[in-house]
Parts: sequence; C-alpha cells; structure tokens
Amino acid sequence: MSGLSGRAAIAGIGATEFSKDSGRSELRLACEAVLAAVADAGLRPSDVDGMVTFTADSSSEIHIARSTGMGELRFFSRVPHGGGAACGTVQQAAMAVATGVAEVVVCYRAFNERSGQRFGLGRADAPSGAGADDAAFAWVSPFGLFTPAQWVAMFARRYMHEYKATGEDFGRVAVVDRKHAATNPAAWFYGRPITLADHQASRWIAEPLRLLDCCQESDGGQALVVVSAERARDLPHPPALILAAGQGSGDDQHMMTSYYRPEITGIPEMGLVGRQLYGQSGLGPADVDAAVLYDHFTPLVLPQLEELGFCGRGEARDFIADGHLEVGGRLPVNTHGGQLGEAYIHGMNGIAEGVRLVRGTSVNQPPSVRHVLVTAGTGVPTSGLMLGTDR
Amino acid sequence: MAQTEQDGYEKRLGEFAGREAAPPRPGPDPVNVPMIRHWVEAMGDRNPVYLDEEAARRTGRAGIVAPASMMQAWTMRGYAAATAGQDDGSGLGELIALLAEGGYTSVVATDSEFAFHRELTVGDHVGVREIIESISPEKKTALGAGRFVTTERTYLDQHGETVAVQRWRMLWFRPARTPPGGREPAALRPRPAVNRDNAFWFEAAREHRLVIQRCDACGALRHPPGPCCPRCGSYGWDTAEASGRGRVYSYVVSHHPRHPAFEPPYVVALVELEEGTRLVTNLVGVAPEEVEIDMPVALEWLDPDPELSLPVFRPVTA
Repeated sequence: MSGLSGRAAIAGIGATEFSKDSGRSELRLACEAVLAAVADAGLRPSDVDGMVTFTADSSSEIHIARSTGMGELRFFSRVPHGGGAACGTVQQAAMAVATGVAEVVVCYRAFNERSGQRFGLGRADAPSGAGADDAAFAWVSPFGLFTPAQWVAMFARRYMHEYKATGEDFGRVAVVDRKHAATNPAAWFYGRPITLADHQASRWIAEPLRLLDCCQESDGGQALVVVSAERARDLPHPPALILAAGQGSGDDQHMMTSYYRPEITGIPEMGLVGRQLYGQSGLGPADVDAAVLYDHFTPLVLPQLEELGFCGRGEARDFIADGHLEVGGRLPVNTHGGQLGEAYIHGMNGIAEGVRLVRGTSVNQPPSVRHVLVTAGTGVPTSGLMLGTDR
Repeated sequence: MAQTEQDGYEKRLGEFAGREAAPPRPGPDPVNVPMIRHWVEAMGDRNPVYLDEEAARRTGRAGIVAPASMMQAWTMRGYAAATAGQDDGSGLGELIALLAEGGYTSVVATDSEFAFHRELTVGDHVGVREIIESISPEKKTALGAGRFVTTERTYLDQHGETVAVQRWRMLWFRPARTPPGGREPAALRPRPAVNRDNAFWFEAAREHRLVIQRCDACGALRHPPGPCCPRCGSYGWDTAEASGRGRVYSYVVSHHPRHPAFEPPYVVALVELEEGTRLVTNLVGVAPEEVEIDMPVALEWLDPDPELSLPVFRPVTA
C-alpha cells in the first residue's frame, strides 16, 4: 500500500442530464455539474479550495469558481491527453488532499461535444501550428486517417489478425453496454438495448469498426468532489475511498497512433496503470468486483481486460463471450451503460458510476461490491483508479 | 449589367441566329487509308469494311469505306489552327467574342446529332458549312451559368452534295469559381503541419524520395522522426533512402466521415518497410476487400496537388 492509498475519497458526484443538444453554454453545464456534486457531498461552494479538469476543457476553473461563489482557490491543475485525463484528475485531487495542499477539490468535465465541436468528425482540416502536437498529425492526416474511429481501427485490424478475433467479438461489448444502459434512466439509450445482429447490421465507419462499435457523442457535464477519507466519513454518503490512482504513458507513446511499437495489439500504458493500481492498493485482479472500462470504441476494451490481468493475451474475446461482463458475471463492466450507452463525458461519468458501485446505488448493482477498477481513455496517455468501500 | 444594357446584350446575341458560323471550308486532306487505320486502331473498331477491300465488297460495297464517326474528323483543322484563336472575322469568332463579353469564357460540347446521307470512300474530299441556329437564354448548370449555342453543320463532298448533317451544341459558361490562375480548385488533402523537425521528410517527398531519419551517432533509424535519438541521445542525424519495399502491417478501410479529398471506401495502411520502420500511407491498385495483412507492397508516388507529394504503396508479388 502506497502513501496515497486510502487517504482520500470521492464524497460527491453530480452531473447534468446527458443529451445531444444541451441548449446551454459549456460553462453553464460545468457550473451545474459542479454545484450538483458539491451538494451531493453535503458541502457548500465556499468549502471548495481546489479544482482539476482536462486541458481539453473550455471552461477554466476561474470561471466556475467565480460563477458558483467558491471564492478563493489554492490548488488548480489540468491533465492533458483527452479522455486519458479522466482518472488523472482524481489522482491530482487525491494527491492535493493527501498532502494537505487542499481540502475539498472538485474534478469536472463539461462540453457540448455533440451540438458543438464533434470529436468524431476528426481533425482533418483543423488549424495547425508548428508545435510538436500538431506536427504529429502530419504522419496520418494527409493520408485520410484523421478521426478517432480510424485511429482505433488500425489497432483493431491487427488485433483481429493476431488473435483471430472477429467483429462479433467487438460487438459483444456494445451489446452488454447497451443492455446496462437500457435500465439506466440517465442513459441516452435508456430502454433501447441492441442485439449482436443489430451490431452486425450497422454500417461501416472505418473497417473493421461499425457504427455500433463507436460511442455516441454527447452534451453534458460531470463533476466529482474529493476530500480526505476522514472528512468523507462525516459526509452524507458512504465514502468511495481512492485505494489507488495512476497515470501511464507507454514507451514510444503517441496520441491515438502508437503504431510504431514492436507490437500494437496491447495497450502498454494501460498495463502500466494497472500495475500501479494493484501495487498501491495491494489488490489483484481477483479482488476486483466490478470495472468501468473506457469504451469510446469497442475493440480497445478487449486489450484492457488483458492488460489489467483479467484474462490472458488474446483471451478477452472468450472472456467476454462467456458472459463475464454481465451483472452476475466474473467482472460486471460498465453497469451504467458505458459511453456507448449512457453518455460520452470523456470518462468522467464512468468514475461517477464507480462511486455508485461502491455506494451500492448503481441501477445495475452487482451484489457485494468492495473494489471497483475504473479506466480512462485508451490509445492516449491514460489513467486509472481503484475505488473501494470504507473498511 | 443594368437592365437596358442586359436587353441590348440579348438582342445582339439574338442577331447571330441564322448567320453563317464560318465560310464553307474544305477539309485539309481527302479521305485516306492511313487516317482510317489510325482511327479504327485508336477506337478498337475491328469491322473489316474499313480496311479490307475484299471484306467490304462482300457486304455489297464498292470498296472500303470510312467509319461514319470520322465525319467531323475529316474537316478538323488540326490542333495548332484550332487553338490559334477564334477571332478570325467569322460569325462564330464574333459570337465567341460577344459571349466572352458576357463572361461566358468556358466551353464544353454537350450534344451531337448526326444524319448520314451516304458513306465516304477513299478519295472523297469533305468540307463543312456551319450555320448558327440558336443561342439560349442563360441557364443555371452544374458548371456555372451559361448559354447553349446550337449550330447546324452540313458536310458536303467534292461535288457539293450533302453527305451528312450534324446538329452541334455547346455550352458557353461562366466558371462557377475562378481562383487565381484559373485552375479549378480540387478538394485538398489535409495539410501536414510542417515544422523544423519534420520538414526534411516532406521536402524529400516533393522530390519523390522516401527517406528515414538516421542517427549519425548510433545509426538507429526512426520514424516518425524527432530531434533527438531515443537510443543514444544524439542530436545529429542524416537520412537513409528507403528501398520502397515493405509489407502491410495493418490497415483501415474508411467510410465515414466523408472528406471531399477522399473517395470512400479508401484504404489507409500501416506499412512496415524492409528497413524496419513503419509509416502510415495509402494503398493503391487494390480493392479494399483484397487487402491483407503481410501483403508485400512497393512504393509509388502520389501528387494530390502542387504543394503535396505523398508516398503510397501498391501490392506486388513477393
């Protein structure tokens, strides 16, 4: 157990509705989510003294602090690399709280990703400068490889080749996500499950990815309140202890296009995160009762199961086909419906589901959940959390 | 144009109806076997009546005949004369100048209807007389706003007898967009962000050379390139020229979203060069459903626009 394990907890969660057209500004969504999370924690805005978000977020902490009456802030930090930042924001908050740098830190992400700038359309003609991040896309965009779905498809094709996985193996991830979303009133796809045949009949986006392999695009906001474990015990909800929090950037890491490593069928940065989560928490894969695995695209859920030790290399397709991701299976996954089913809030809504699982309040609550593993974006430098019940 | 000016323009155009487009003009050469031979070879027309006297006679003809489709060709003046300008004092020359005054500077042939009166035989000498039949009101077309100009061409033999009549229609139009230089803008591929660390690669590509960055201290090849060798730390580098041979390591067949520079479905591949580095590229000369991992491929160059050259690969036998 590391110095960070168990020192901090998520005490509040709050979100807007998840929609395709919020009709409100991104800042307004952020304020709504933040205030809801602070209220859920039984705190007041003026209690907040730290904020963490994504470098990708359009609403700086100062705007939210000013709008919601937080007053002074003494800790603020941002985490880069798109959806890979999600669990990293909680790690930042936990470290700040554990060291006494701050007492109440809010992590947030809010955007009009569907009605505003859609990531799915890609960055083909995005303005580009002379910096290294823009220049990195010079190796892919001129060839017509400029969307997240396309970038993932390159990994997926190689994975299929090496492990004899099929489109149906990817499709089963979508089916289980949508099954869970179907019973979650907060999910965009509430009441709308799909079958494997629906998946197989959906149109190609970037072969081998079909439409139903791709997560939705959403408008919405999600916030989380991190305080010390001691303080959390005095607040209304059972604490979701942060048993471990890690970030990972692998060897020869690129943004979504780490195509130049000796192997491209794994996600080494997620393996790195997993080793930290188990190392910090003193737990192993067998101790994990449920997981929220980042699912922007179904194919990268499979190597996550492998990197995190839930099954061997190339065995994820069998692990999934055997029903282990279902409630009642060995590892219930994405009980809120995932980003394919609930909403795409850059992984932050998945952390909120991790908290609900620990609280015992998921709409698809498996019995006796003590430890929940949550991951952030794949294909990018990423992060993860191990959340647990208090004692 | 103001309304009165517009009315005046319409009237001036209308005055061309019924005028002779050009004085009757004999073709440069009589009907002859060498030109027939070139024509049927280019067209892939194997009908023997065009070159084989015996075969032609077996069909009841006196001898070989020229393909009917060559009618207009016998009267063409050749490339140099045709491109020397239309301002030759003829009716058509004047009409073209008036059309240009209205902004209709581009032209495309749209219709040709022929009525043939007899077949041409070797030795016939064909001329043409062309009458301007009508100039349409301005029409909106996919190419731009324009006017259809219809003429009637009567083809006459050396005796002044009609051998064919052609109704010939052209669209004179204002180009929908006229960028500087007059070149129609094609949809451009996404521009690479070129900076001090990667410019050498794109500059070499402009010269159709596929290069790989090479550390000048330890010799390690690296792609994508960077300013510093991750193996030995040297900032010094040069380049090695790739052989252009490699194998498909993985690939994507892209359908959505649509980008105007790419026609879906198109193949983006990750190719592993025999030198050991990989690069993202396109595959050409292969249907998406025929692409396979490990397929051997060889380098070709694609110049999608004047500012961009990209290495692409074509499947080859191993």
